[in-house]
Amino acid sequence: MARNPVTWLGSPTFPKAAREALQDTQLRQNLRRATGTIRGRREAAVAEMTDWEMLRVAGEQIKDDVLARLDTLLVQLEESVTARGGVVHWARDAEEANRIVLGLCRDEGADEVVKVKSMATAEIGLNEALEAGGVHAVETDLAELIVQLGDDRPSHILVPAIHRNRSEIREIFQRRMGIEVSDEPADLAEAARVYLREKFLTTKVAISGANFAVADTGSIVVLESEGNGRMCLTLPDTLITVMGIEKLVPSWQDLEVFLQLLPRSSTAERMNPYTSVWTGVTPGDGPQRFHLVLIDNGRTSTLEDSVGRQALRCIRCSACLNVCPVYERTGGKSYGSVYPGPIGAILTPQLVGDMRDPQAASLPYASSLCGACFEVCPVRIDIPSVLTHLRAEAVEAKGRTAESIAMAAAAWMFREASRYEKAQKAGSLARFLARDGKITSLPWPGSKWTSSRDVPAPPAESFRTWWRKNRG
Amino acid sequence: MRVKVALFATCLTDTFFPETARAVVRLLERLDCSVEFPLDQTCCGQMHFNTGYREHSKPLARKYTEVFGSYDYVVAPSGSCAGMVREVHPTLGEAPPRTFELAEFLVDVLGVTDVGAWFPHRVTYHPTCHSLRMLGVGDKPLALLRAVKALDLVELPDSTQCCGFGGTFAIKNAETSTAMLADKMRCVLDTGAEVLSAGDNSCLMHIGGGLSRLRTGVRPVHLAEILASTEEDPWLATR
Repeated sequence: MARNPVTWLGSPTFPKAAREALQDTQLRQNLRRATGTIRGRREAAVAEMTDWEMLRVAGEQIKDDVLARLDTLLVQLEESVTARGGVVHWARDAEEANRIVLGLCRDEGADEVVKVKSMATAEIGLNEALEAGGVHAVETDLAELIVQLGDDRPSHILVPAIHRNRSEIREIFQRRMGIEVSDEPADLAEAARVYLREKFLTTKVAISGANFAVADTGSIVVLESEGNGRMCLTLPDTLITVMGIEKLVPSWQDLEVFLQLLPRSSTAERMNPYTSVWTGVTPGDGPQRFHLVLIDNGRTSTLEDSVGRQALRCIRCSACLNVCPVYERTGGKSYGSVYPGPIGAILTPQLVGDMRDPQAASLPYASSLCGACFEVCPVRIDIPSVLTHLRAEAVEAKGRTAESIAMAAAAWMFREASRYEKAQKAGSLARFLARDGKITSLPWPGSKWTSSRDVPAPPAESFRTWWRKNRG
Repeated sequence: MRVKVALFATCLTDTFFPETARAVVRLLERLDCSVEFPLDQTCCGQMHFNTGYREHSKPLARKYTEVFGSYDYVVAPSGSCAGMVREVHPTLGEAPPRTFELAEFLVDVLGVTDVGAWFPHRVTYHPTCHSLRMLGVGDKPLALLRAVKALDLVELPDSTQCCGFGGTFAIKNAETSTAMLADKMRCVLDTGAEVLSAGDNSCLMHIGGGLSRLRTGVRPVHLAEILASTEEDPWLATR
């Protein structure tokens, strides 16, 4: 089986990538500003809702129901879409999905396609696969366009160019569009508008992802903020939608929950600006050919894990990224995947499906387990619990290591108070290493601590020794 | 009626910060509790569990239940260890005894916020993630601190942001942990406080270790030590 492109080939492990990213002062500044702003706005938008906690529970339950009935609901979706004139394709993995989409583009004789912002197509590396097959994909979401023109990689689920500031964007536009433009946001948006308008009016094939698919009607839903997605979804002759199999909701009514949860969690908006819904093909209106490509790409194996499967509830809002103290400092690219941040740390390794992969196995450790992600998640994914669950899988996959031997020894020591006390007394001798009541340098791996932090000198007498003397 | 309490000192506090555990004893006895310290106690297994060594944490969870099972109340001067017991031990097949973080025991069980403490210092408080998000301790520690005589409490900016400790995270991702620590220290220094308090010595060891390295002159002091301090028997810096 080909490697899953959900992680980028050659990405270093998280600690290594993070160490480098932390050196980038511009990145640190851009992320601090951007995440700080959106955090505050989300909090205010959510605080307006008196029934927010009930909505979260509803979101969780609807998604869990979908996951429990995924097999039958998917067949129902296929029937509904087909009945309304669409064609459904099934793809086991990225390679198969890319082959199907490239084939469809060739059938249309297209050498260029316009794209709606989509995580599923980024996950499978569709743009690269199309390019290799002679089809150029033009990203039309402003932030995706910035990433594409900058020959860059995305660093956020919702705002893929969050690591860029406006002067960097100005530089990219001037270089790639051959224009003179200021760094005023309105001018930059106008430059992108002029650049993209021509693409919308001349391109015959569009490719999108999907936020939701309604099983009983066959309707597909895309939420976006710019209207560029709406252009792609209405102007071309042919529309190809690539969607993960977990994006289903059973019925039309279920959307009411998610259309409240998603905008407030992601962009802190009360109502989403552009919500496009289409059902198969409508003669004389919009694309006249509609293909739905359903991708598995590691989802079925994720579904098998009773703890890890909750990651499939994710509606890609990015709230967990915006509140994550690790993400805020390392940025998204350190995660080596289109899915960064806390959700990426639990979703990516599961989609990869192999904890012997050192990069994937490093991701569940990219968290201090502070729990801020779980607190904001609109579908109540208990990310910290899944992180520790996946850490246990990583440990098992690694087998015997220096760490596992040390951990086994520590566990043996803690199992008996007498052994623990002996270790305590031996460790207390470290106080003779101390100066001014502190130890400033320890051998590896303690050096990882003392590189930035002193250690207090162990006291001559532990609490239990004191207790025994005075109270025992 | 005297409330019988078992003290779960936690391995970190027992070994490195005995003054905190002694303060808990002094404080609880002042509030008319009888305190016991079962000597068979060791560690709740949090480090093992959180690092991915679930199987190693199981016998430690078992041991905790055996050691403390007969008590109505177990009190720990640590939000993360109390959180480990309450939230994680049940997933390891244990039915743990009722275990409380110190501030919630004082406010919820004993029903006191003014514990008769005196602490003439400028203090800021870091709420620690597991107290805040796992246990939902909320502003109980602040209510306790506000009632302390002579204490000048200053609000910590961005207080709910993690300090970057995270157990073995501080070692495995030392650079990221340090970047988080730098921002936490900036917030602490901005307050002008001379004492940084928290309900967890692990976070305090991390932030305090950074404050010490930079010779900031800010001292980490566990909440228990502040609450135990009185005019007759005031807190003294032991190191």
